[in-house]
Amino acid sequence: MPARSTNSGRNKAVLLHREKLRRLREILFANVVMAGEIPAPTGSEKLLARFLSDRFTECGLANISLDQSGNIAGELPGRTGQRNLLVAAHIDKIWAENNDHTVSVGVGTMSGRGLADNSLGVAVLATLPLILEELEIELASNLVLLGTTRSFGRGDLAGMRFFLENTARSPDAALCLEGIELGRLSYSSLGMARGEIVVSLPLEVEGNESSGAGVAASLAGVITVLREIDAKEAPDARILVGSVEAGSGYSVPPREGLIRFEVRSHEASRVARISKKLESLVASIADREGTRASLEMIAHRSPGDLGSAHPLVRRARETLEVLGIETHVAPSVSELALLLDRGIPSLTLGITNGENRHSPAETIALEPIFDGLAQIVSVIQHMDEGALS
Amino acid sequence: MSEIDQRISRWLETNTFHHSEFWDMQELVRAKREAGLTISLCIPTLNEEKTIGKEIIVFKSELMDRYPLLDEIAVIDSGSSDSTLEVAASFGADTYLSSEILPEYGSKPGKGENLWKAIHQLRGDIICYVDADIKNIHAKFASALVAPLIYRPEIQYVKAFYDRPLAVSDDLRPSGGGRVTEILVRPLFSMFFPELTAMIQPLSGEYAVRREVLERLSFPIGYGVETSHLIDLYQTGGLEAFAQTDLDNRIHRNHPTSDLGKMAFGILQTFVRRLRDYGMVKDVPEIHSLFRQFQAEGRRYEQTSREILEEERPPMITLPEYRERHGR
Repeated sequence: MPARSTNSGRNKAVLLHREKLRRLREILFANVVMAGEIPAPTGSEKLLARFLSDRFTECGLANISLDQSGNIAGELPGRTGQRNLLVAAHIDKIWAENNDHTVSVGVGTMSGRGLADNSLGVAVLATLPLILEELEIELASNLVLLGTTRSFGRGDLAGMRFFLENTARSPDAALCLEGIELGRLSYSSLGMARGEIVVSLPLEVEGNESSGAGVAASLAGVITVLREIDAKEAPDARILVGSVEAGSGYSVPPREGLIRFEVRSHEASRVARISKKLESLVASIADREGTRASLEMIAHRSPGDLGSAHPLVRRARETLEVLGIETHVAPSVSELALLLDRGIPSLTLGITNGENRHSPAETIALEPIFDGLAQIVSVIQHMDEGALS
Repeated sequence: MSEIDQRISRWLETNTFHHSEFWDMQELVRAKREAGLTISLCIPTLNEEKTIGKEIIVFKSELMDRYPLLDEIAVIDSGSSDSTLEVAASFGADTYLSSEILPEYGSKPGKGENLWKAIHQLRGDIICYVDADIKNIHAKFASALVAPLIYRPEIQYVKAFYDRPLAVSDDLRPSGGGRVTEILVRPLFSMFFPELTAMIQPLSGEYAVRREVLERLSFPIGYGVETSHLIDLYQTGGLEAFAQTDLDNRIHRNHPTSDLGKMAFGILQTFVRRLRDYGMVKDVPEIHSLFRQFQAEGRRYEQTSREILEEERPPMITLPEYRERHGR
């Protein structure tokens, strides 16, 4: 009976929190607007880090620091400080500095570049001290809020990696925030290898050019092989082709081209084996007369899994149930992978619903944000209670 | 250097600010409390659903919830057919239809009408007007305009200016004030009110004014409202009554050239009327209020004309309803 009544009390609190947090809506939404309108391409996140730093200062956080990797951290000291909890959001965006970052606010939605990935996550991080204050939650553990840099592409999670390698106090548990999708629950990470294949034709070679396709023909051949490998390995592994670049106009066959891809699997050995296959593929292209080809692997992740029975996972699921939201379990290849790799019990949660991710019209729904916040608070409280294994 | 040049230089030194001078919001709020001032923010609107929500969110969060600088945020609407009022209300602004304020005085079309009625409706000792079409809205659009009024009791009227040249060299910036300013208002000011040329953006829609000044100004209901304010207050208070704040950058929708013609026509009406009223020119002939523009399509030439009559609302202090509501 006591356990049931505890659960019931907890569930009531989640619903109550959701309602109370509406009082902070303008502050939160303004933070979304401001975080959204500050350009922060991977590797140039300084302005957005400054914004977070200012917000942390205004909230009176302790130990606010900008590290060598450009990460910005602040700490809310706990009552006892026996444990250290981490809440992190990556602050870099996929958009270039000169893209229009204007945010539009409509009835029930906001839209603009990078809002879902990850201005909303950054805004929640900036507002979290006020959220806990509004709910009169005083944690026993120290809570470190961290805005991480260089998460995308060649950034290869450099910000989070640097933090974990250099922090004096390793987190006892961690939560990563992503703007969308509400109900997303990531507690495992996929093994991943990310690479680029570059194919080029030296100037003196005319053969392929006369075909009218230049290096595009070779790129098409590579993609065909990638698709074949993907079909053979699925569903245990996937090869995702993220982008293809070649040429610059309409009439001149391209002499150089690039394919960016990711290999993903729950099994590290499978990822390694496919990577080897790709090395052979590239070597075979390079053997052809006059064609040059190279493969560069730019990022690796090890697979990890907290397990669906972990108390943190159960708590996150229960909270979503209380809020009437369906859980979508999705493995991650982002910051969560590094945390799990170090044995830190960690989750990634989505905050609201959205659409057009990674498009100029990226849109987030405003009302469900309060469900997302209630879930985040509930999980943080659970981490604080210390049931981490 | 002429005497006018010296006065302008002195004024630019003492009464032209940069928003960064007012970064300390806690200090600003403290000074406001100490001065016993209340501040209202007024956003006049007509079909601004795309930008109004963001403005309200930013002002309410930054200047009410975080730093209690503003006492009210009000949207005064000319009758939008889109969801401007719904969006504004959903984020906590007080929303009013201009036609429902002082209905016994009727309703006239134009932004100036909304600004005038705001004086009656709003409660603040200072009213800060901010246009609704700003894409890069920031709290400084209000805080850096009211700050000089809070810190310097002798200042009555603070205008915003913002410009960004295409190229910057040696820290010098050309003071581009917008097309209508540069080809109409600045030449007119240079001829008749040379000191007012120091206002870098005289037509800016963002300004903060003390109530005791606003209630004594006539309000052209259309395009001439900003120009008339500057001339009328200059006549009584001189350049020293004004200040201006550099807000760095303002992104808004661009008006087509045909609209600029209408704007210039309205401003000229107001200007000529002021010249006549202040006895600066004599024997002003009858002024036509029909603005004519032409379009060519092949060999067909079409005339479009529009009546632009810059009616004026009287100083609010002359209305008994106002005096009663505000105890004046």
